[in-house]
Amino acid sequence: MTEVSALAASDDMRPRAVRGRILLRRLARHRSFRVGAGIVFVIVVLALAAPLISSGQPNAMALRNRFAPPSAEFWFGADNFGRDIFTRVLYGARNSLWIGFASATLAAVGGALVGLASAWFRTLDGIIMRIMDALLAFPAILLAIGINAALGPQVSSVIIALASAYVPRIARVVRATALVVRELDYVDAARVSGAGAGRIIFRHILPNSLAPLLVSVTFVFAYAILAEAALSFLGIGPPPPHPSWGNIIAEGRDYSVEAWWIMLFPGLAISLAALGMNLLGDGLRDVLDPRLKIEA
Amino acid sequence: MLEVEDLSVGFRVDSGWIRTVDDVSFTLGAKSSLGIVGESGSGKSVTALSILRLHAQRNTRMTGAIRFDGKDLLRLPERQLRQLRGRDIAMIFQDPMHSLNPVLTVGEQIGETLRIHRGLDARTAHSEAAELLDMVRIPDARSRVDDYPHQLSGGMRQRVMIAMAIACRPRLLIADEPTTALDVTVQAQILDLLRELREEIGMSVILISHDMGLVAEFVERVLVMYAGKLVEDAPARTIFEHPAHPYSEGLLRAIPSPDEDMHRLYAIPGRIPDPGREPPGCSFAPRCGLAQPACTTAAPSLKVFGPGHLIRCPVRLAAKEASP
Repeated sequence: MTEVSALAASDDMRPRAVRGRILLRRLARHRSFRVGAGIVFVIVVLALAAPLISSGQPNAMALRNRFAPPSAEFWFGADNFGRDIFTRVLYGARNSLWIGFASATLAAVGGALVGLASAWFRTLDGIIMRIMDALLAFPAILLAIGINAALGPQVSSVIIALASAYVPRIARVVRATALVVRELDYVDAARVSGAGAGRIIFRHILPNSLAPLLVSVTFVFAYAILAEAALSFLGIGPPPPHPSWGNIIAEGRDYSVEAWWIMLFPGLAISLAALGMNLLGDGLRDVLDPRLKIEA
Repeated sequence: MLEVEDLSVGFRVDSGWIRTVDDVSFTLGAKSSLGIVGESGSGKSVTALSILRLHAQRNTRMTGAIRFDGKDLLRLPERQLRQLRGRDIAMIFQDPMHSLNPVLTVGEQIGETLRIHRGLDARTAHSEAAELLDMVRIPDARSRVDDYPHQLSGGMRQRVMIAMAIACRPRLLIADEPTTALDVTVQAQILDLLRELREEIGMSVILISHDMGLVAEFVERVLVMYAGKLVEDAPARTIFEHPAHPYSEGLLRAIPSPDEDMHRLYAIPGRIPDPGREPPGCSFAPRCGLAQPACTTAAPSLKVFGPGHLIRCPVRLAAKEASP
């Protein structure tokens, strides 16, 4: 019922908007997407609004509060320097999310370019994909450790390291879709119109390969947050004292028995963020699946 | 304007190369029309795609020459060929459901040709696209121009394809089975539209089809292809009234006619040989009612049968000579 009336009402709207609305409505109906998007939204809001939620500074030390357990004053307890873990987790979300977002975006751009090049220039395909296979053979985290060690301890090198580690995965996904799309009739039609390679690739092939790319990006986002924590745990993450979820855990490692709260809360934050991104990605995958046609 | 000379097209398969088009030659003058007929697998689409060099280059071998205004399209650098595509030579495909990009509006897609060849900006291209839609008789073109392909019916989409093709007023339009995927009623409309546009723009048309009747009423001259070879080349009238090659005869008989007893539809027995596995001698011999023992040994060549009329059938040629 609602379907019919909504479509009738949308008749006079611009079609792009109609299409967008249909997609949004489907996403809104998808349960795991709703939960995932909700979790991610809340985390992002908390990270952005950190100064409004907590009056403290993430790096403010107060030795008399050393190892204060969770209480009304310190919701998540305090660490070995007496810093408020709740505040640090809030501010840490900024770094962790930024690293996740930036490396997922970079990996998406890099992976899309590599994948498209591979699908279009068939003579290069073998070479490019064998290189990607070789990179994939390394565990992503190992690769990131190597790259990060070479670039030195900075946030930007963590981003570059994680992005390069995930480029091969995205490249494979994009290549697979692009190989299908390039054989479709409308690509031939574009060639008949006199379109050059650049126009065909970026105007016809890429937009039609976007759905799987978008879905893998959400998963890479989640992986990158986890990997950032792992790198920090190994001591090559974003440098202290700036908090990220990973390095809060890393710093609490030595006190895991006496002050379990230092590691527990950022750990929960990581799990929650990864869960949220994964649910969101699942939802996107279901809705954007090319087999489900978008009928108007 | 267009001269195709000894065109052969081979595709790479595991075991080597197979020829799907074999020594095809024809010419087409300005403002004239040509039909290429044959059943699936006869090489008619491959011939058409070769004119614009749309085959994957790595796995295709083309020999002979395709001259357009004296320029050999088979040897033209890709960049120059690209300038011809869409501007001088345009093409419409069989399946309008898949020939439009689903993520771009029809206006954007029609505008693309204009922007490539005439360097129009987005706004001008958009308004010209609307005019083109009007030209292909799409009602309410002003608002339809912002529609996405999925909002249009099959017939409408084929009109959009035609609008894309004629955007730069090409001199040659290649229509590869333009109506096969459409309803019968829509087929007639599309053909009428093509006919009118042909007059209006003054372009030559190559119509590829398996439907003899449709081709005969649309074009001046017909080429009949079988297993990659031309078997008959004749004026449309001649081929429709007095087909000379037994294969052309069979194709014509396969059109159901209201005058005849219609208990059974006629079909040519057997099927087209796989490329690379043609029988020795005449490829059509195993399916031919007139086949003589000689037909299965010596491959016949294309010979003059009448004025402007070539056939590849020694039996018919001999019969004609015996009783002039």
